[in-house]
Amino acid sequence: MPELAITVIGPDRTGIVADVAEALAEVGANLTDSTMTRLRGHFAMTLICTLAEPSAAEAALKSLTGVTTTVREVSPSSVDESGESWVVSVHGADRLGIVAAVTRVVAASKGNITDLSTRLAGTLYVLIAEVDLPAGAGDELAERLAVAASELGVEVTLRRADSEIL
Amino acid sequence: MNFPELPEGRVLPVVTAPATVLSTVGEEVDPTSPEVAQLAADLIATMQVSPGCVGLAAPQVGVGLQVFCVNVVDHPKAATVHGTFALCNAKIIEASRWKAGREGCMSVPDLTGDVKRAARVVVEAVLPGSGEAVTITTDAFEARALQHEIDHCTGKLFLDRVAGAHAIYQRKVYL
Repeated sequence: MPELAITVIGPDRTGIVADVAEALAEVGANLTDSTMTRLRGHFAMTLICTLAEPSAAEAALKSLTGVTTTVREVSPSSVDESGESWVVSVHGADRLGIVAAVTRVVAASKGNITDLSTRLAGTLYVLIAEVDLPAGAGDELAERLAVAASELGVEVTLRRADSEIL
Repeated sequence: MNFPELPEGRVLPVVTAPATVLSTVGEEVDPTSPEVAQLAADLIATMQVSPGCVGLAAPQVGVGLQVFCVNVVDHPKAATVHGTFALCNAKIIEASRWKAGREGCMSVPDLTGDVKRAARVVVEAVLPGSGEAVTITTDAFEARALQHEIDHCTGKLFLDRVAGAHAIYQRKVYL
C-alpha cells in the first residue's frame, strides 16, 4: 500500500490533532510513525501513513481550516539501526548558526542524527540531538564538538544514551 | 545530624543561563572562612524566599565556588530528609538505583528536563562554618537535589544530562 509523508502546521488550538487524525481516518489512512509538537505557539505534525488512494488524504486535509498541509508519496525506507547511540547537549547564548555548526561536526564524524530538538528560552538556546555513531567514534566527536562549541561560545556535552532492555 | 549555626543570610540575585559562571567548575573552599559561612547563609536565605526552590548553589548567585544548600523538607517526593543544610566541596562517593525524573532549575527558569539520577547516594563534604567533615547517605528527592547542586558546583546544568531530544519541556510551574 502506498506510504504518504504528511505535514500539518498551524496555530495551536484545542482539537487540532483530533481534527487531522479524524480527517485521515475517515478516508482510511492508517497512521504509522508520527511526531507532533508545539513550536512557539504553532502546532506541527509530521506523519507517515498508508493509504490505498493517496489523493483522498490530500482532499481530506484540504477541508481543514487554519492549517497548512502537504502530502507526498514516499517509498518505504529501511532504517539503519547499527552504531552506538549518543546524546549531544548544547546550550548557550543564542546566535546564528549553532545548529548548522554542531550538526556539520556530527556529520563529519559519520554521526547520523536520529532525533533533534531545539528550544529558545529568553536568550538561552538549547539543542539536544540523538546521534548514532560508528563504534569507537565517540571520543573523536567529543573533541571536535568541544572545538566547535568553543568557537560558538556555547557549552557542549556528549554522552552515551541509556538503552536498558528489560 | 547537627549543622553549625551560620550568620544571618542575605537574599542574592539569581543568575540565569547563559552565564559563564554556570558553566565553570567551581573552586574548592576553606569551609572555616567567614566569607564561606556568609555565602552559605546567603544561599539558604535566597533559597528560602524563592518559591519551590529546594536547592541553590554558589554559581547560581554568580560565585564560582563549591558551596550549595538544600532543603527538601515536606517535598512529596522526598523520603530521607536532613533538613535545611549547606555543604562545601561535596563529592559523590556512591550512587545507585538510577531513576529518571523531571527537574527544573532557577537558573534555567523557562525549561524543565527528564534527567536520570541516582535514587541513593553517599556524599562526602565539609560543613561551612565548622569545617566538620560529614558523610551524608540519602535517597529519593534529597539524593536528586544533592546531585543537581553538586553538578552546579562542577559547571554542569541539568541540560547537560537530559535523556534525549524530547526530554526538555517548556516549564509551566516552577517546582
